[in-house]
Amino acid sequence: MKIVVALKQVPSRDSALHVPPGESWIDESDLTFEVNEPDAYALEAALQLKEEHGGEVVVVTAGSEGASASIREALAKGADRAVHIEEEGLHTADTLAVATLLANAIRSESPDLILTGLQSDDLGSGQTGVVLAELLGLPSATIIMAVELQGAAIRVKRELEDGWFQHVTLPLPAVLTIQSGINKLRYATLMGIKKAKTKEVRSLTAADLGGVPASQVACEAVYLPGRAKQTQLLDGDAETAAAALADKLKFEVRVI
Amino acid sequence: MSVLVVLEQTNGQFHRMGWEAVAAAKELGLPVSIAAIGPAGEAAGKGVEKVYAIEHADLASYSADGYTEALAQLIRSVNPRFVVFPHTYQVRDYAPKLATRFGRVLVSDVVKLKAEGGKTIAVRQLFQGKLNADYALGAEGPGFLSIQAGAYRADAAGTGSPEVVPFAPQIAPGTIRVKAEAPFRESSRAVDLTAADIIVSVGRGIKEQENIALVEELAAALGGEIAASRPICDAGWLPMERQVGSSGQTVSPKVYIAVGISGAIQHQVGMKGSKTIVAINKDPDAPIFEVADYGIVGDLFEVVPALTEAVKKLKG
Ligand SMILES: Cc1cc2nc3c(=O)[nH]c(=O)nc-3n(C[C@H](O)[C@H](O)[C@H](O)COP(=O)(O)OP(=O)(O)OC[C@H]3O[C@@H](n4cnc5c(N)ncnc54)[C@H](O)[C@@H]3O)c2cc1C
Ligand SMILES: Nc1ncnc2c1ncn2[C@@H]1O[C@H](COP(=O)(O)O)[C@@H](O)[C@H]1O
Repeated sequence: MKIVVALKQVPSRDSALHVPPGESWIDESDLTFEVNEPDAYALEAALQLKEEHGGEVVVVTAGSEGASASIREALAKGADRAVHIEEEGLHTADTLAVATLLANAIRSESPDLILTGLQSDDLGSGQTGVVLAELLGLPSATIIMAVELQGAAIRVKRELEDGWFQHVTLPLPAVLTIQSGINKLRYATLMGIKKAKTKEVRSLTAADLGGVPASQVACEAVYLPGRAKQTQLLDGDAETAAAALADKLKFEVRVI
Repeated sequence: MSVLVVLEQTNGQFHRMGWEAVAAAKELGLPVSIAAIGPAGEAAGKGVEKVYAIEHADLASYSADGYTEALAQLIRSVNPRFVVFPHTYQVRDYAPKLATRFGRVLVSDVVKLKAEGGKTIAVRQLFQGKLNADYALGAEGPGFLSIQAGAYRADAAGTGSPEVVPFAPQIAPGTIRVKAEAPFRESSRAVDLTAADIIVSVGRGIKEQENIALVEELAAALGGEIAASRPICDAGWLPMERQVGSSGQTVSPKVYIAVGISGAIQHQVGMKGSKTIVAINKDPDAPIFEVADYGIVGDLFEVVPALTEAVKKLKG
C-alpha cells in the first residue's frame, strides 16, 4: 500500500520565543527546529504498516528550505521518498490554504492512506488532516491511537474525551490524524542515515501547485498572553524558595 | 445576520462546552441561535432566538459524514454570518470538513472574540499557549469558529424561551462512510486521582525515567499521589491512569504541584479546578504560571529535592 505522511517542521519545544517589536511573527533566526511531535508518530505508524503489509511511504512537507532537515530525518528512519513544497512564510497562510497546497501535491500520488499529526505545535489548528480529506473527497478519522489494516478498509481506535475510546472502520483511501503515543518511535540507524542521501526528494514550489490560496483570516499581532492570576513567586536560591513554599503549604494551604 | 452555535450532545446530555460557545457567540453582537443534533432539550431554556432541532435516524450515533451533511443543509437554509462550535474532540473530527465544504476556513480553538475598529478579532494560542495571536476575520461569511474549553463562562449563555424549529435533513444512502462501534473505556482505573487531596504531577521537564523518583519522593513526603502530563504516560514512564488532562483524569485536589509541566490547555482542563496550584518550572513564561497560585521559577532538579527536605523538616 502507498502511504503519504504529511510532516511539518516546527521550532523545538524548549525554544525561547521572541516577537521583534512591530512584527507579527517570532524571530526564527536563532531557533532550532524539529519534526512536529505527532507527525513523528504518524511516520512511525506508516513505517510499521509498510513493514507488515509492504508498500511505500512518501513524506510530504510544506515549508522553508530548512525543513529539508526534518525530511532527511524521516528518510533516514525509513520513508522511501519525499515531496518538499518549498515556500517561505507559510505561517501567514491559513489552514485551508496550507491544506490546499498539500492536497494538490498529494492528489497525483493517489495514496491508499494519508496520515497527518493531529495538531501542529506551532500553529495548533488541529485540522489540516480533516481539511485535506474533504479537499480530496476522502473519509477521515481523528485522534487515532491504533490502526489495523483489514483488506480494503482500516479499523482504527479513536481517542474520545475523559479516557473514552471508540473503534471506527473506514474504507480506503482515507485520512487519519495520529495522536502522540500511538507507538514507540524508532531512531534512525547509521545505515538509514547513509541510505537517506540517495533517496528522492522532489522539490516543488507553491506556484507548481497553483499557488498559495489567499488566506481568509489575517494574523495582526502575536504577543505574550497576559496573566489572569496573580502568582506568588517564591524567590531566592533553591533552598530558600523551597523552604518558603513548604511554609506556604503548611500555613496557608494547610496540607502539611 | 445571525450566529449559529452548534451544540454537542450524547444520550440527551449536552456538552457543557456548548454553553460556553453560546456565551462566546454573544460577543459577536448578532442574534444567536442554536443547532442541536437531536432533541432541543435543555437548549430550549437558553437565552437565544431559536433552537434548530435536527432530527434524522442516521444521526442517532455520531459520524463526521452524517453531521457534516446535516449541518451543511441547515447552514444553507439559515445562512448565518458566523457558525460557532465548542472545540471538543468531536468538533475537531467534523467541523474542519464542514467549513471546507463551504470553501471557508475554520478558526479553531479561539480563546477570545473581540470587536476592534469595525473588525472582528479572534484570539488564538500559538506554541501550546506560550503566545497569543490576533486573527482578523474576513468580511465574507459564513465565518467558522471553535471556542476553547473554559474560555467563556457557561452561565453567560443566559436563560430564555427560544422558538424550537424542527429541521429534517436529507441524508442520501452511502453518505456515511465511516462505521462506528460503541465507545468504551480501558480496563477500570486502579488509581482514582479524583479522591486525592495532594497531587504531585510531573511533566517532560523531568527528562529521564530515572528522575521520576525525585518527584515520587516529594509525593511520599507530602502523603500525596503522583500524576503526570501526557508525554510521560506516552513514554510509559508512568501508567496511563495517572495522566491528567482532557484525555486523562480531571482532578481538583487541595493542592496540585506541577513539576516541569508547561501547562498546555489540554493539561490545564484536567487540573484548573484544583483549590491551590503550585508550579515549578524553569521558564517564567510557561503557561502553567497563568493558573498557578504559587510558583518557583527554577531548575526542578534543585528545587524538588530541597522541597522534599523542607517538607520532611516541617513534618518533624
Ligand atoms: C487532543 C489532545 C489531547 C491531549 N491530551 C492531553 C492530556 O490529557 N494531558 C496532557 O498533559 N496533555 C495532553 N495533550 C498534550 C498537550 O498539548 C501538551 O503537549 C502536553 O501537556 C505537554 O506536556 P509537558 O508540559 O509535560 O511537556 P512540555 O510542554 O514539553 O513542557 C515541559 C516543561 O518543563 C519545563 N522544564 C524543562 N526542564 C526543566 C527543569 N530542569 N526544571 C524546571 N522546569 C523544566 C519547560 O520549561 C517546560 O515548560 C493533548 C494534546 C492534544 C492535541
Ligand atoms: N506545512 C505543512 N507541511 C506538512 N504537513 C503539515 C503542514 N501543516 C500541517 N501539516 C500536517 O497537519 C497536521 C495538523 O496541523 P495543524 O492543523 O496545523 O494543527 C500536522 O501534524 C501535520 O501532519
